[in-house]
Amino acid sequence: MDRVKMATVWLGGCSGCHMSFLDMDEWLVDLAQRIDLVYSPLVDVKEYPEDVDVCLVEGAVANDENLHLVRRIRARTRLVISFGDCAVTGNVTAMRNPLGVALEVLKTSYLDKSNLHPAIPSEPEILPVLLDQVRPVHAVIPVDYYLQGCPPPADRIRAVLEPLVNGVWPELPLAERRFG
Amino acid sequence: MELAELKELADKEKAEQKPIRIRCCTAAGCLSSNSQAVQQALTDAVTTAGLADRVEVLPVGCMRLCCEGPLVQVDPDGAMYGKVDPGQAASIVGTLQGGQTEARVIDTNMPFFRDQVSIVLENSGRINPERIEDYLSVGGYQALLHVLREMTPNQVVETMTRSGLRGRGGAGYPTGVKWGLIAKQPATQKFVICNADEGDPGAFMDRSVLESDPHRVLEGMAIAAYAIGASQGFVYVRGEYPLAIHRLEIALRQARKMGVLGTQIFESPFNFRIDIRIGAGAFVCGEETALIGSIEGKRGTPRPRPPYPTESGLWQAPTLINNVETLANVAPIITRGAEWYASIGTAKSKGTKVFALAGKVRNTGLVEVPMGITLRKIVEEMGGGSPGGSIKAVQTGGPSGGCIPASALDTPVDYESLTALGSIMGSGGMIVMDDATKMVDVAKFFMEFCMDESCGKCVPCRAGTVQMYRLLARIVEGEATAADVAQLEALCDLVRNTSLCGLGQSAPNPVLSTLRYFREEYNALLQPAPPAPPPSNQRIPLPVARG
Amino acid sequence: MNSITLTIDGKLISAPGDQTILEAARENDIHIPTLCNLEGISAVGACRVCLVEVSGSNRLAPSCLTKVAEGMQVQTATDRLREYRKMIVELLFAERNHICSVCVANGNCELQDLAVTVGMDHVRYEYQYPSCSVDVTHKEFGVDHNRCILCTRCVRVCDEVEGAHTWDVSGRGMQSRVITDLNQPWGTATSCTSCGKCVQACPTGALFRQGSTVAEMKKDRELLDFLMTAREKKQWIG
Repeated sequence: MDRVKMATVWLGGCSGCHMSFLDMDEWLVDLAQRIDLVYSPLVDVKEYPEDVDVCLVEGAVANDENLHLVRRIRARTRLVISFGDCAVTGNVTAMRNPLGVALEVLKTSYLDKSNLHPAIPSEPEILPVLLDQVRPVHAVIPVDYYLQGCPPPADRIRAVLEPLVNGVWPELPLAERRFG
Repeated sequence: MELAELKELADKEKAEQKPIRIRCCTAAGCLSSNSQAVQQALTDAVTTAGLADRVEVLPVGCMRLCCEGPLVQVDPDGAMYGKVDPGQAASIVGTLQGGQTEARVIDTNMPFFRDQVSIVLENSGRINPERIEDYLSVGGYQALLHVLREMTPNQVVETMTRSGLRGRGGAGYPTGVKWGLIAKQPATQKFVICNADEGDPGAFMDRSVLESDPHRVLEGMAIAAYAIGASQGFVYVRGEYPLAIHRLEIALRQARKMGVLGTQIFESPFNFRIDIRIGAGAFVCGEETALIGSIEGKRGTPRPRPPYPTESGLWQAPTLINNVETLANVAPIITRGAEWYASIGTAKSKGTKVFALAGKVRNTGLVEVPMGITLRKIVEEMGGGSPGGSIKAVQTGGPSGGCIPASALDTPVDYESLTALGSIMGSGGMIVMDDATKMVDVAKFFMEFCMDESCGKCVPCRAGTVQMYRLLARIVEGEATAADVAQLEALCDLVRNTSLCGLGQSAPNPVLSTLRYFREEYNALLQPAPPAPPPSNQRIPLPVARG
Repeated sequence: MNSITLTIDGKLISAPGDQTILEAARENDIHIPTLCNLEGISAVGACRVCLVEVSGSNRLAPSCLTKVAEGMQVQTATDRLREYRKMIVELLFAERNHICSVCVANGNCELQDLAVTVGMDHVRYEYQYPSCSVDVTHKEFGVDHNRCILCTRCVRVCDEVEGAHTWDVSGRGMQSRVITDLNQPWGTATSCTSCGKCVQACPTGALFRQGSTVAEMKKDRELLDFLMTAREKKQWIG
């Protein structure tokens, strides 16, 4: 049987969703039989490959690198899943938005509230540039499936992936659609 | 006071008038272009010319052709001058002695004036709104006296019903039917409210009526109060109309002093007191339940109906709320009869309607026209067409109304026809748009208005108008796709069907009507759709599913 | 009050004539979602979540305010109503900064529950990200406007049950905010009796007891019910 070419990424997030992914414990072994993990923070591949079947996108779109990557993901992936509340709603990552545009946020964090060497960090080509607004993934690219939770519990992730790798569209019960 | 005495007063007033009267508009529009100085200069010129014994200068209300203000008209020959400068006063007075004037002459025979039918505005621009005697001289308060002496409340209601008058605030509910509903209520305490919270952008009919002929509205309220059994009335007028408020205050004082308002009016058992309540600038307070809340001293937010104010209104008492123009129609209907009124207009829309003609049209100002007249006649003949090109659309009904395309200009003006076109009669704002007008901008303008004026009580209106405005802004900025227009339409449907009051329910109208008639303007601003539409859940694009 | 018969979602039921559609539905185990409604205080019909279709009327009716009538046929969950409810909940989430994961009411929030009920899997509208203040000047309670949905339960419970009328609404449209006294900090609002009914009535984490951290603020809805029942039945008198 064909293996599903799967990727996972984290954009502006805390990696908690990936931790929860690892919490699927022994089922990961079963999953490993069904997929090729072609790109992920958990494996050492530098370039997002072509022809990916499914990608779990953790985190919101917060900087230019996120934006670039998420557009590339959409272009190269059949099924994009917003993975966790940051990807679906912006969540904690987007809590900076009410403070204003990127420069205002940087000023607040690195100048106004700083008591040691206040300076706005700037390393062109190394540090990605903040976008003025953090946006959920579906505000930037079309998204095929939404997986809620901060983080989504391991069982919920499995409830989505298990039918998917068997070619069945996952129908989560309403109670598993809970944010937070 | 008896009718004979009232007529005697009127005759006396007429006898005291000087043979030549120079009328100078002192309504808000002309005042803002310095008509007060014009009036003073005219008065001085009359004195200087030694004509004071047979010429008087009269401050009057609106003479309608607002774009030519300040307006001056000389009786009895009727010569009218526009854009009058105080420096031209002497020469205008000089014409009375055979002189010439360089003042701009207005043709009073042009369609703008000729095709008007004056009922509501019949005294407007003819009498001094700050003197009750002037109102008496044109038969004022005789209708009230007649009603009190000769008619039962039921007969009054029945007359209004037969006249076919419908509410001029926009919704067009039959006035007589509304009065009858309240008259039937057994409550001892009832109220009459005049809704003068005119708030549509571009509408100034009610302001003009109040500034030009306030007693006529008060008389209408008193007749309504007698018909339904109320002893207290309120005029709810917006604070942005200081001159209207000032003239209402004067009118009320004079009417009380003369005994035509207050206790035992015309020595009858009928008591009726009117107080003014001033709105603090919220558009939504023109909605009747919000207006009631505001008069009660609460936050002006609408509440769901039923119960309707006719059953439970101000302080839970049955309450009649009529618009300024509706009430201004009452006295003439009593005086001249329901049949006369019903003979004007169409089968379902009787009488006249006052429109505030504005926008890209030559003649702007007030027009009072019989119902059933075509839009084309109003904007092209009376309005003189568009100065900068051809007319593209006519907007009626303000933020609750819609844009009627030029192709539908032959539609007769009546409640049903305008609704069928996706607009509404509304309170009377009529904004003409020419080829240069961008219709998506128009929709965005009105949506911004509704967003700012939403009271914030119900979710669809408060949050939905914000989202619709954002989408329209994105479309205007060229950042939107067809999916955004689809979302805009879905929001229109939501806000229209689920909002609590008329503000929200009608807020999508400008968008829906521009989408209906000018969709290509929306499409021209759209970005091409994004390349990869998300797969449907019927078909999973995975190798395992393919096999 | 005479009993009348009506159908709700095809189910024939009888109800006292002074009941609302919502009350009649609840007594018959038909679930109509609500948000601004709270038993014990007046209904305002503001959230529009409980709208239902009534045969013969082209207007949707707020079930919390519409009285039952003989022969009435009510539909509470047509596709159209479901979609409207979902849109309304999404509009609420987009309007303020509702971040469930860091909210004191996480897991005990009626807005969060409603999102689940209506099947909201993401918000289709642009988030507004307004700048909202948090007022913790009161010695026991706090108000976080980021989480307020303007249901006005606090306003009503304070006015109608406590009789203090500390709360009201200022501003209009998206600028509307619940305020204490004449927009004074809550801690200096002299009319406040610190009874805490507003906190218990609040459906979200907007009003909270200070010291509660994420997911700790559980609202006691039964308190209000208990108070109103005791008052109506005069249980505290002799």
